[in-house]
Amino acid sequence: MQHKLSFMETVVYGLIGLAVFLGIWYALPATGLVPQQFLPGPATVVERMTVLATQPFAGATLPAHIGYSFVRFMSGFLLAALIGIPLGLIMGWFRIVDEIVAPIFDGLRFIAPIAWVPFAALWFGTGVGGPIMIIFAGAFPPCVINAYRGAKQVDPQLIEAAEMLGTGHLRMMKDILLPASVPSIVAGLRVAAGLGWQSLVGAELIVASTGVGFMMVQAQANVATSTVMSGMVAIGIVGLVIDMLLRRGEAAIRRRRGLAE
Amino acid sequence: MGSIRFENTGKIYGDAKTGFKALDGVSLEISDKEFVAIVGPSGCGKTTCLRMVAGFESVSSGKVLVNDKAVTAPGADRAVVFQQFALFPWKTVRQNIEFGLRNKGIAKAERDHLVANALKLMTLESHGDAYPHQLSGGMQQRVAIARAYVLDPSVLLMDEPFGALDAQTRVVMQEELVRLARVNPRTVLFITHGVEEAVYLADRVAIMTRRPGTIKEVIDVKSIRTQENWDSYEKIEDVMDLESFVHLRTRIWKSLREEKIAAAT
Repeated sequence: MQHKLSFMETVVYGLIGLAVFLGIWYALPATGLVPQQFLPGPATVVERMTVLATQPFAGATLPAHIGYSFVRFMSGFLLAALIGIPLGLIMGWFRIVDEIVAPIFDGLRFIAPIAWVPFAALWFGTGVGGPIMIIFAGAFPPCVINAYRGAKQVDPQLIEAAEMLGTGHLRMMKDILLPASVPSIVAGLRVAAGLGWQSLVGAELIVASTGVGFMMVQAQANVATSTVMSGMVAIGIVGLVIDMLLRRGEAAIRRRRGLAE
Repeated sequence: MGSIRFENTGKIYGDAKTGFKALDGVSLEISDKEFVAIVGPSGCGKTTCLRMVAGFESVSSGKVLVNDKAVTAPGADRAVVFQQFALFPWKTVRQNIEFGLRNKGIAKAERDHLVANALKLMTLESHGDAYPHQLSGGMQQRVAIARAYVLDPSVLLMDEPFGALDAQTRVVMQEELVRLARVNPRTVLFITHGVEEAVYLADRVAIMTRRPGTIKEVIDVKSIRTQENWDSYEKIEDVMDLESFVHLRTRIWKSLREEKIAAAT
């Protein structure tokens, strides 16, 4: 059996992993194994990022590009959550809705978000709608599926308790299925955020005139590899922050319910 | 006003011919403000009887009537107290008790008043803002009873409500329930496998046969309780020491034992 790691151990092991990663990343271009132009080292990227923080590239600074991307991400993500979670709960409560929606939904969810790009471009051009639609396509299925699963896995006795207290359909979904499904829904939101954020950058490569993805594709055209890499690092960091926030939210909810972490 | 009537009630799980026969022609009448306990060997279908009154399960044959109306679905006129409490873990004690009142569309001021009364009745005043997981099992069951009582249901259905509690807590809760029944008499259907509990609490005790369950005999406790003045004793152990109590208990015990032996052979 594995013993539980202390906080210090977790930090130390995490730093070891990071150090090895940075070491290899540094060594490859520094030793000439890979040309600088193909793989800029970490120092080069950090230097480039500090420049991009103040000097605009492709129409805006790096923080501004991230800002554009983030606003789009939040719009698509919230839209997916606001439609997806209620839909999942309704499917979980009303058998007939489940039967009607499930076949269509199960087919659609296997289409990668990026496959919607041609239509996003066709319908919205490079306007704000295109990227939001792509994020929505990525984030929507996990929202629906996890709300649905959560609703299906509610302790049947809690549903019976609510029924004998005279609970109607709307209140059953809002006050019983929804809170009981929160752990499952939050897990779904984390997956949705990951998929949404990934899809966004893909979408911006094609259908946007601002944002981190747009900046990267412009940099690629100029063979500015360190700028492309700066974008990648920024994407990774923002993704990590989003996931961390959602995880915090999940832990807070579990603590309030008296559940083990 | 609240009455329950089983009229030749049967329950089969699955196909009518090949399915699992759980209940076979149960007939029992519980009149207004009467406390009836059903005891029976495990698996005899006593909980199924309660679940049919609650509307959680359909009736395969015969009828289940509450206030002379056939039961079709669960409803707030038939409040249930579950063995495992079934409190909403994300709601405070107060919110749990208030839940059914909100479904009824009762105004806030009136709700607050009723919830405060229910908290007081079950001596939970200082725990109104606690979450269920912060309370002991006995306390949680008090909340579940308050949640049922506050709705002023016409019948109260209790499915082995003290089965999940430790022995000491169970005794306290039994005394509490007797006190409650005196202050605020209700029609109660109480399912248990504890013979002493049934004799101590109920006006009548219905004994069920082994599966497929039916009512074997119904024993009147109330007349003996009043005759021997059980209610003048404060403590449950004093009542349980009385010859009249022991006599009744032994009689039910023997009747049940026959069923258990028959089921085993």
